[in-house]
Amino acid sequence: MVTIHHYMVLSAVLFFIGVFGVLFRRNLIVIFMSIELMLNAVNLSFVTFARYTQSMDGHVVAFFVMALAAAEAAIGLAILVMIFRNRSTVQADDLSLMRD
Amino acid sequence: MELVVFYTLAAVAVSGALLMVTRKNPLAGALALVVSMAALAALFAMLHAEFVFLLQVLLYAGAIMVLIIFTIMLLNLSPQELKERPVGKLKGLVIVAATIVGFLGFIRVLFELPEGVPFVSPTFGNIEEVGALMLTSYLFPFEVISVLLLVAIVGVVILAKKVI
Repeated sequence: MVTIHHYMVLSAVLFFIGVFGVLFRRNLIVIFMSIELMLNAVNLSFVTFARYTQSMDGHVVAFFVMALAAAEAAIGLAILVMIFRNRSTVQADDLSLMRD
Repeated sequence: MELVVFYTLAAVAVSGALLMVTRKNPLAGALALVVSMAALAALFAMLHAEFVFLLQVLLYAGAIMVLIIFTIMLLNLSPQELKERPVGKLKGLVIVAATIVGFLGFIRVLFELPEGVPFVSPTFGNIEEVGALMLTSYLFPFEVISVLLLVAIVGVVILAKKVI
C-alpha cells in the first residue's frame, strides 16, 4: 500500500535536489533546469494531496503551475540567449554588474 | 506490487534529478531531466491524475524540454565555458545546514498527515471532470493564465529582437 507519506518524501527529495542545483551550480542552464525540477516536485505534492483528499482542485492547480512553467521557460531562455549574445557567458557569477 | 512499481519509479525520478544536477554538460543534464519527468508522469498516472499525466508528457517532457535542449544546442558552448567553478567551503556548509534544517521541519509535518488510502471513483481526475472544474470554479484564474501567456509571448518576441 502506497501512502501519502511515500509521495511526500519523494516530492521533498526532488525539491531539495533542485535547491542544491540552484545553490551549488553556476551554469545558468543547469540553474534553470533545477527550477523546473522544483516546480515538478511541487506539482507532485499537489496531485498527491488531491488524491488523498479526494478533491480534484489539486489537478487544476497543477495545470496552472505547468502553464506558468511554460511561460517562465520561454522568457527565461530568451533572457539566457540575450545574455549569451551580449556577454558570451552562461556563468552566473560573471554577471555581477548589479552587485559591484 | 504497487509498492514495487512506486519504488522503481521513485528511483528513476531521483537518479534522473541527481544526474541533472551533477553533470557538467547541460545537454546530458537535460536528457536526464526528461527521464526524471517521464517517471513523474507515471507517478501521476498512479495517483489517478489522468489529465495531469497527459499534460506532464505533452507540456513538460515534450514542449518545455525541447525548448531547453534547442537553446543548449543553439548556444553551442565550448568545454572551457562549461568549466564549473566550485562554491566556497563556508557557503557550501551554510547551504547544507540550512537544507537539513528545512528537511527536519518537513519531517515534523509528515507525522501529522493521515494514514490510509481513501477510495476514489473511476472518473476521478479524468479530462472531463477536471475540465468541468477548471471552467466553473476556476474560470477566473484560467482566464488570467491566458493573459499571462499572451504577455509572455509578447515579452519573448521583444527580448529576442536585436533592434527594437
